[in-house]
Amino acid sequence: MITFQQVSKKYPSSTTAVADINLEIPDGQFLFVVGPSGAGKSTLLKLIIREEIPTEGKIFVDELDVTKLPNRKVPHLRRRIGTIFQDFKLLSKKTVFENVAFALEIIGRPESEIKETTREVLDLVGLKDKQNLFPHQISGGEAQRVAIARAVVQKPMFVLADEPTGNLDAKSAWEIMALLQKLNELGTTVIMATHNADIVQTLPHRVVEIEHGKIIKDSEIKGKK
Amino acid sequence: MFTTIGRLIKTTLQRIIRNPYHAIAAVFVLFMSFFVAAAFALILLNSNIILRYFESKPQVTAFFKNDTTVEQVNELKKVLADTGYLSSAKYVSKEEALKIYKEQNKKEPILLEMVTADMLPASLEVSATDIKYLPNLADILSKEKIVEEVIYQKEIVETLTTWTNNIRNIGMGIVAFLMITSLLITLVVIGLNISVHKDEIEIMRLVGASSSYIRIPFIFEGVIYGVVGSGLAVSVIWASLIYLSPVIAQFFAGIPLLPVSAKTMLTLAGAEALVGIILGFVSAIIATWKYLKV
Repeated sequence: MITFQQVSKKYPSSTTAVADINLEIPDGQFLFVVGPSGAGKSTLLKLIIREEIPTEGKIFVDELDVTKLPNRKVPHLRRRIGTIFQDFKLLSKKTVFENVAFALEIIGRPESEIKETTREVLDLVGLKDKQNLFPHQISGGEAQRVAIARAVVQKPMFVLADEPTGNLDAKSAWEIMALLQKLNELGTTVIMATHNADIVQTLPHRVVEIEHGKIIKDSEIKGKK
Repeated sequence: MFTTIGRLIKTTLQRIIRNPYHAIAAVFVLFMSFFVAAAFALILLNSNIILRYFESKPQVTAFFKNDTTVEQVNELKKVLADTGYLSSAKYVSKEEALKIYKEQNKKEPILLEMVTADMLPASLEVSATDIKYLPNLADILSKEKIVEEVIYQKEIVETLTTWTNNIRNIGMGIVAFLMITSLLITLVVIGLNISVHKDEIEIMRLVGASSSYIRIPFIFEGVIYGVVGSGLAVSVIWASLIYLSPVIAQFFAGIPLLPVSAKTMLTLAGAEALVGIILGFVSAIIATWKYLKV
């Protein structure tokens, strides 16, 4: 469970990124965070992985108070949360396999486990045959699937996806959504920031709408406007 | 544990290989600094040997005119002994001088052919009970009619001491300047490498790499630069020393400068490697502290 308790984030320039956010995301949920550009969707995700620290309020990931987490423990938090970005963030000099295996190498997993788990995850995202290719040799949709594989290879409880379909054509976007749905069905909590209205309207998931840093609509809380 | 260290070393080496010009720049600057430091260290060490050589030699040498007899020399010895300042006085005849000359130039037959005992002066090698009495003895010797020339070792020792001190001070200044420059350049090179790998660092942070896992390859990088730079410097100095040995030996004939023992060179290599490790480590720590926010 991820919990936001009266969370606000203001920048020194006195810009308010998010204001007075109260939100509970139960385990196993698929949540869309929607809103126009600059509404605060990305900040909301960054607050969960401690890329940003709120100026007010508390954030809990399960029992862990993210806002009070010492810096040296932040990596442990991030190992529990997979992240996916619009620009994929793949390493161009590493192959598909190496990009995914990298996430296990940095946490000190043994070689045999890395090979086995990476192959399993690449199989899950349908890229087993392309494991030796470099990012420039695959399509945008495939690159995003590599990013998803990297995000889930540590078997996290949560996956945060920031505009994962933003750079993709419609077909690839739906393939990515199918993959995220599959992960969710396997028990992973998925939080996805997007402004792809088609996807949000088609899939039957909870939707939280943000504008000017505030939640203006939560499909789970009736009557809230 | 070992797997992780192995991966960190592999990452470091990959990064160095992928940006060889950065590595070459850092190693080259460190090499120059350590080369100069090693050269000054050897010069100082050898100037001490030269000093000890002159100090162990008779403190005043008087060269006699050609027609001086042994009786005259013995009389002079007595005069010197009567002062109470004389520690020893050794007479070196023309024949003995030739013998010494032959020994010193045994590898140069051409020089030996042209020299006979007649051409070399007999001399008296004099030591005082205390160095402060040397002027008195030198004064007596220089006033003697049979004496052609007096060589006053004290002046040589004093001049050498002054030179040694100057070399030490100038050397320390130059080496300190070069070491600071090397530290700054290594710091900038590591800073550049941090900048080149910023995407990789960002991804590492996002997938949960610890701060030390991100920092350590850059620290290894600094240490590798230090070790390679200092190792190259000592190797080149050692090779040059072997190559130039005949020239040096001839120039400092009679002074036991060569060969510089392997123990001395290995001690120098060890000391430079240690300084290299510290310098690389400190550069990397400053660079990661300044440029790497994790």
